[in-house]
Amino acid sequence: MTLAPPTRAPERSPARRAVRVGPFSAVYRPRQLAVPVAVLAALVVVSALNLGRGDYPISVPEVLGTLVGAGDDTQRFIVLELRAPRIAVGLLVGVALGVSGALFQTFARNPLASPDILGVTGGAAVGAVGVIVLGGTGAGALLGGVGIPAAALLSGLLTAGLIFGLAWRKGIDGYRLVLVGIGLAAFAQALIAYLLTRSDINDAAAANVWLTGSLNGRGWDQAAPLALALVVLLPAALALSRALGVLQFGDDTARALGVRVGPAQGVVVLVAVALAAFAVSAAGPINFVALVVPQVALRLTGGSRPPVVASALLGALLLIGSDLVARTVLPDSFPVGVVTAVVGAPYLLWLLVRGRRRSTL
Amino acid sequence: MAQRTATAVPSAAAEPRRGLLHGAFTRTLGLWLLLALTVVACVLSITVGTRSIGLGTVWQALTDASTPGDETLIIRELRVPRTLLGVLAGVSLGVAGALMQGHTRNPLGDPGLLGVTAGASFAVVLSIWLLGLSTPGGYVWFALVGALLGSVTVYAIGSAGPGGSTPVTLALAGAALTALLYALIQAITIRETTALDAYRFWVVGALAGRDAEVAAQVAPFIVVGLVLALVNAPALNLLGLGEDVARGLGTRIWLARSVGLASITLLAGAATAACGPIVFVGLVVPHVARAVTGPDHRWLIPYSALLGAIFLLLADVLGRVVARPGELQVGIVLAVVGAPFFIALVRRRKLAAL
Repeated sequence: MTLAPPTRAPERSPARRAVRVGPFSAVYRPRQLAVPVAVLAALVVVSALNLGRGDYPISVPEVLGTLVGAGDDTQRFIVLELRAPRIAVGLLVGVALGVSGALFQTFARNPLASPDILGVTGGAAVGAVGVIVLGGTGAGALLGGVGIPAAALLSGLLTAGLIFGLAWRKGIDGYRLVLVGIGLAAFAQALIAYLLTRSDINDAAAANVWLTGSLNGRGWDQAAPLALALVVLLPAALALSRALGVLQFGDDTARALGVRVGPAQGVVVLVAVALAAFAVSAAGPINFVALVVPQVALRLTGGSRPPVVASALLGALLLIGSDLVARTVLPDSFPVGVVTAVVGAPYLLWLLVRGRRRSTL
Repeated sequence: MAQRTATAVPSAAAEPRRGLLHGAFTRTLGLWLLLALTVVACVLSITVGTRSIGLGTVWQALTDASTPGDETLIIRELRVPRTLLGVLAGVSLGVAGALMQGHTRNPLGDPGLLGVTAGASFAVVLSIWLLGLSTPGGYVWFALVGALLGSVTVYAIGSAGPGGSTPVTLALAGAALTALLYALIQAITIRETTALDAYRFWVVGALAGRDAEVAAQVAPFIVVGLVLALVNAPALNLLGLGEDVARGLGTRIWLARSVGLASITLLAGAATAACGPIVFVGLVVPHVARAVTGPDHRWLIPYSALLGAIFLLLADVLGRVVARPGELQVGIVLAVVGAPFFIALVRRRKLAAL
């Protein structure tokens, strides 16, 4: 297979200790524990900062006090009603995108396979823009009833099915998958451009904001369905980790080790696509998070493939951090997607220049 | 993977590298045939539209400007400029695609996919936003600079590092740069609704609604670009043998590359300034042309030029017919036609072979 990501074989250390509990055993790797803990701590700090910063600044101790019941009415309203739900959406979307990217990249054995490069998020955006633009009119009334999140979810899943169907040729080759995705993403872009010409300027402006990926005005309505989805999808992603670890060695080896490759790949993809589609349906197509996060997590933990838990936490940290920058450093209510693109695109370009070990990538 | 590359190269070499037509005479004949087809496409583009106008009336309107009636106006003010622009843009994009595929040795080469049009688009949006420009004549210079920066960036990134450029790295570098530039475009258009209003109609890629002046403004750039492309053809043939061989045969590599880059920039930049980003013409046309002529760029470039014009005009006519009484912009029609072609190309195994 082609797509060796720039992953390293785990260093062989004679001192590696195994932990055994009854029939289960695991290798104890300090960095794989330390990194998530450190990221979690950073996440708490950034979230607290995020809750406090804004047009009405509240200090971190006051924020913490408000969260446990103290604070005056204004503080309670701003922290609990305005900022907390928005940050909850950001956290959940970050987790979903990070895990989705980790699954995609491990599955395709390619650091470039992520829902945004593959066109899954673009496909989801077509559905949402369709609802925003056509929702009021006769033909779109049916669509409009579905709502933006559901339309994004459906069209995202549909696009993913299309990509995998078209990339399938006696198996999935990671590069073919990526290239088919690029083709479909260009197609989705054209459809979106067309929809924008069919709309009045107010709808077009609304769709345009949504298209960048934003947490502005997001609240419990978006957080609740996403949280429910994560309750189901996250344990599935963790459970799939083992199969993914074996698939990493190539289809034939995995088969020899007793993994049913076809079904395992199918389930992994389904979970990864569902995570991405739910994230898009909540906050719009926020680009590059799913691409960047798993590779950063991989380098931090020093394993052989993108770690699921660390990717989840880092995804949340990147999104919340970008949102903090977008809200406080940049002029009024900039969408978070612009920040993640400005961070992520140079990273992708760097990955292309640096991460290439063989002539084929 | 090394193994696959090793097996893919001989099989590609074993493939017949010659096109359908051999010999100067048959190829010249083919060129005349394409020219005739281009004329037919022009006639279709002038006569077919939302409003059906008889051939006699069309002729009358074309030959005699003083003929009274709306129809004369429609023909002379709308359809003729539109057709003219279609020919110019089609020729430009077809040739730009052929040059890109030749220089990068990348079967997925297309100005729209390799960041050239994204660069031009970003520069155009900047000019709309910062300078309040609103005509293609005003932002053609910006589009050219943007196109140049876009193509240089993508090629530099795609070929940096060990191993040089491959179809995959170039396509990915193009996708990455495009994503970044579109995010920045969005950052601008979110804040400036007036810029969004101008931008959203330009960005679909259309021939409609541009007057004859637009064609006149971009024509000089396109003519220079075409001359450079033809000058570049023999050197490009030698470069196809590999840079070392080409150097051994006396080609000045940097000169050949610079002429090619200048030509691509002029052609793609001017076409983008006039019509907006149009993807996939530059991808599809050279493949069709190569199937007819084989890999000799002295023939491939003129064939790509005429095929590009025919392809773009027919797509534009199709857009007027399928969505009556409204119409589909040509950029949309091309995406619908081009995306499946791209995917079919990707599904063929020998991606590295061109």
